[in-house]
Amino acid sequence: MDSKDIALEVKNLVVEYVTADGTVHAVNDINLTVKRQSCMGLVGETGAGKTSTALAIMNLIPSPPGIIRRGRIVLNGYETLSMKDTEMDAVRGKEVAMIFQDPMTALNPVLTIGEQIAESILMHEKISKTEALERAKQMLEMVGINGNRANNYPYQLSGGMKQRVVIAIALCCNPNLLIADEPTTALDVTIQAQVLELIDNLRESYKTSMLLITHDLGIVAEMCDEVSVMYAGRIVECGTVKEVFTDTKHPYTEGLFNSLPNINDRNAQLTPITGLVPDPTDLPPGCAFAPRCRYACAECGKRVPKDKWISATHMVACTAYEKPEFLIERNKK
Amino acid sequence: MMVDNILEVSNLKKYFKTKQGILHAVDGVSFTLERGKTLGIVGESGCGKSTIGRTVLRLIEPTSGEIRFNGTDINKLNKHQMRSMRPQMQIIFQDPYSSLNPRRTVSQTIREPITLNRMISDRAKLDERVAQLMDMVGLAERFVNSYPHELDGGRRQRIGIARALSVNPEFIVCDEPVSALDVSIQAQILNLLKQLQRKMGLSYIFITHDMSVVNYFSDDIAVMYMGKMVEKAPVEELFSNPVHPYTKALLSAVPIPEYREEKHKRIILRGEVTSPVNLPDECRFAKRCSQACDQCIKKEPPLTEIRPGHFVCCCNI
Repeated sequence: MDSKDIALEVKNLVVEYVTADGTVHAVNDINLTVKRQSCMGLVGETGAGKTSTALAIMNLIPSPPGIIRRGRIVLNGYETLSMKDTEMDAVRGKEVAMIFQDPMTALNPVLTIGEQIAESILMHEKISKTEALERAKQMLEMVGINGNRANNYPYQLSGGMKQRVVIAIALCCNPNLLIADEPTTALDVTIQAQVLELIDNLRESYKTSMLLITHDLGIVAEMCDEVSVMYAGRIVECGTVKEVFTDTKHPYTEGLFNSLPNINDRNAQLTPITGLVPDPTDLPPGCAFAPRCRYACAECGKRVPKDKWISATHMVACTAYEKPEFLIERNKK
Repeated sequence: MMVDNILEVSNLKKYFKTKQGILHAVDGVSFTLERGKTLGIVGESGCGKSTIGRTVLRLIEPTSGEIRFNGTDINKLNKHQMRSMRPQMQIIFQDPYSSLNPRRTVSQTIREPITLNRMISDRAKLDERVAQLMDMVGLAERFVNSYPHELDGGRRQRIGIARALSVNPEFIVCDEPVSALDVSIQAQILNLLKQLQRKMGLSYIFITHDMSVVNYFSDDIAVMYMGKMVEKAPVEELFSNPVHPYTKALLSAVPIPEYREEKHKRIILRGEVTSPVNLPDECRFAKRCSQACDQCIKKEPPLTEIRPGHFVCCCNI
């Protein structure tokens, strides 16, 4: 693939947090590619390393205790991990912007929302403060908030409106890549639908690429072109949404699907994944999912599974597929 | 045959006085819960669903209305009588982090309701009962002396369930019991609650904002909007044939984890829920409703039975 078609490339990224209780292995050697103008979903449960991956891309891993041990991050041609702080300031907001999960804490309570949007614009463009405030009003209109509310403080807005402001801040400098970390988790479902539609429409008109972090496979199905499934700091399966949803390969991905109540078939049994996510300071050797996996064999506990490419876009990291006849239950029906 | 209702609630109201005026948190809600069944109450933040859960247990006093539990109007009970009623009605809270006392061990938390109600006094029998309860909710025995901070969300929720079960209740209010949990753990807890219901004949009020969870779990569903019940029907009926425009929007807003070639058309509601303070006499949903007409802002529509068991509160039916 031509590098012009790639908005973000993460190569062999390893992120650790060194604490008194041991080293937390948050991200363990992951590769991730976001194609230009496409939307990649990153799914996984609490502690899978999704947010650490996003923070590493933004070069915002809190250090100490966080440390990026290894890896390369290429963002629209820029190698961000080797950048100085001042260089990174120019990239953040302009090349890549992030929408955080909790709009209640992402905004500064003592600045008006107009000022907060203008601040971002002023960081990257040489315009006057009055012009920036004018632009901020236009941005508010774009995300569906009346421009004359620019003088409001965050506490005067509802949760859904705050998230719209956060989106306006993220998009005000027209970034190439937008990272959205659980952008609707704190919102009610009808407001979630509004916000997702807004993100979708803006992404289309701005031609922004997106990395969407979520734990909700429903949101992935509606928003994303491709999806990567993360477990204990590794990507266990990735592919187009069609491949991962209709031709699921990894036992963990299957487990996630089986855990979800099906809104169209209420009598379908829920089959939870047994056990718990492993302690990230003490990951099992070999495949981290093996202790919870119904298909695990002795081999799985011994070595980390290799990435197996099923098609140009579909990858699964599971030792069981070394046997060519292996099939998970979901694919037998 | 007479239906055996464990709970009958009629015209329940709970108003809160605020600086802005009277907040109608629950405004004239009536429903019944059949023994051994589950009533799901769904709606968005601030619709009054948790307030219902708490008022039917008299954890907060209702402003008016009748709550009949096993035939007794519990509003008329005095403190002492209410206390002896409490073991039969329990609650499981949403947040397994803040609903457990961080300074008590698993065993101390589970045994507290038993000793408070003087059900078992013998020490050995009490330990035995705690062990039995832990086994029932799938908590390994080795956690008996653990503190909540040592356990993950799923296990903490199991402690909350064991605590509720410790006094042999007939009726449990489950207030968003799985919304703080990851999907794989969520399924474990849902299966556990279902299995306990079958085994012990429990009746549940299941409060949630998650339409797919309520669909899986409930027999009847009540949809709340700004303190009013806008639609109530048996679960299959509600999901296959929603009538109220709000229910329709709520259902269509749920992202479905299935691959589709064509993007599905969602109903996007205008605006947001406002708080139910000083309400005029009109349909509360009218401002956000795509089908609102003049009729809707003239008078608040009554809850009407359009088919047996299917109630809707809307002018356009």
